[in-house]
Amino acid sequence: MKLARDTWLIFQRQLLLMWRTPIWLIVGVVQPLFYLLLFAPLLRPVLAPGGSYAQAYRIYVPGLLTALVIMGGLFTGFSLLGELRAGIIERTRVTPVSRTALLLGRAMREVVALLVQAVIITLVALPFGLTVPFGLLLLAYLLLGLLALMASSVSFGLALMVRSDAALAPVLNTIAQPIALLSGVLLPLSLAPGWLRAVADWNPFYWAVEGIRALFAGHLGDASVWRSLVLVSALTVVAVLWSARLFTDRVR
Amino acid sequence: MIVTKGLRKSFRSRRSAPVDAVRGLDLTVEPGEIFGLLGPNGAGKTTTMRMLATLVRPDDGEVTLAGADLRTEPHEVRRRIGYVAQGGGTTDGASAREELVLQARFYGIGKAEAGRRAEQALAAFELTEFADRPCAGYSGGQRRRVDLALGVIHRPRLLILDEPTVGLDPQSRAQVWAEVRRLREEGMTVLLTTHYLDEADALCDRIAIVDHGELVAEGAPEQLKREISGDVVTLELAAADAEAAEKVLTGLDCVHRIEPREGDELRLYVTDGASAIPQLLHALAEAGLRPEQTRLQRPSLDDVFLARTGRTIS
Repeated sequence: MKLARDTWLIFQRQLLLMWRTPIWLIVGVVQPLFYLLLFAPLLRPVLAPGGSYAQAYRIYVPGLLTALVIMGGLFTGFSLLGELRAGIIERTRVTPVSRTALLLGRAMREVVALLVQAVIITLVALPFGLTVPFGLLLLAYLLLGLLALMASSVSFGLALMVRSDAALAPVLNTIAQPIALLSGVLLPLSLAPGWLRAVADWNPFYWAVEGIRALFAGHLGDASVWRSLVLVSALTVVAVLWSARLFTDRVR
Repeated sequence: MIVTKGLRKSFRSRRSAPVDAVRGLDLTVEPGEIFGLLGPNGAGKTTTMRMLATLVRPDDGEVTLAGADLRTEPHEVRRRIGYVAQGGGTTDGASAREELVLQARFYGIGKAEAGRRAEQALAAFELTEFADRPCAGYSGGQRRRVDLALGVIHRPRLLILDEPTVGLDPQSRAQVWAEVRRLREEGMTVLLTTHYLDEADALCDRIAIVDHGELVAEGAPEQLKREISGDVVTLELAAADAEAAEKVLTGLDCVHRIEPREGDELRLYVTDGASAIPQLLHALAEAGLRPEQTRLQRPSLDDVFLARTGRTIS
């Protein structure tokens, strides 16, 4: 109860601050739009050989959205470093506010911000012929929301561990790079040699992308859908628990 | 209000030997007083404050704050104390009012009551005028007043301030002093750190001087200055007489200590300057010596620190 109330308090404040500096929305949307408008057409022959733009976008947009929430989530740790420097975290630490709420309130802000960006990108893709059943789209957003929660929790945890901008950037890049490549986000893994595809099979984010692709394609019954939901949920729980423990230990 | 026994903290790092920041500190702060922790930079003041504020776990020692045990009930300590860190902690993008309301709500206070308290705090700390502008635009002194208001929004019995006036202009400094005195009059106990001697002297009822993580002296500023070094009497003599005068005065009861002589000037630490000067002059006259000039100085806290550690604070 206290956790929910405190999380809500932090979440509200974070949302308010974000609302006042809407630059994040522009930055967050513009880059994916370039991929959508300039890069996806390039890939059409590979993504949907002989197929339509709609088919290509149905494959490409899920990957793009997954990359957006994972990258966006992973790099949110920098905002926490800023708050640590300004003494805001320390000020709240001396109050009886729940430590887990300090994490969850901030992570939820990131989830909302990333989902807003995801919705905008989906809307932009519609004129190109992208069609998704509405219910399945919501389910896809749920998956994306979980991914965003997981990625931002991990990022906050890492920020608490390394505590410096100079150290956090390379750490995050090192984590983000292989995840992005192996998710088949930028280039489809159908182009990859067999061994690389075998490696990708071990990347949970590849599973997530596959699940979202199935949803976008309208295959609710596809095994990848429930598999990705279970897997991503489990990973999110682990990430939140790990990060929450760091918040209680290091932000005692 | 605060009792610490054997408070201890050392920091370990991989690259260097452990640093003993605080080494067995015993402090007692009585209810209703303004207690100052005075010491040079690196004396362990901030570490001590952070331990008391539940931010750093002590390695050893027993601490009771406002009746709650720091080790076993840090949660209860947090409810009962207010803490303002050296650098403050306001959010640039939020206004003073928003910060105050949120801070109150962190303490479990309801929405309506939090709004009322914020309004009162804004008035009390003279922030009403710019209450709804973002904190980013505030001056150093205004920010400091927001920090103080945030620290007492839940009406704690004990307020802990780490270097409350560092980096402020003289006018803002005086204003912070006035706020601290006002809070004390409202019944709050205040513990603060400072490395400004005049601040400790003017603001604090009692002070503890710390150096290298240890207590060097404790008491009311006036009492410390009197007890430790008494008053300082400076005698200026004719060059030929200085050595003879030093010999004569060394034996006197009222003289604690004579500082190593520089030229023809003698610096004496005496119990009570006003009564010592006639005795000094009398003794000198009997030996046929007459100083050319006599000066009486009240010792500063710096003299106290010097007498105890052999170094100056500043």
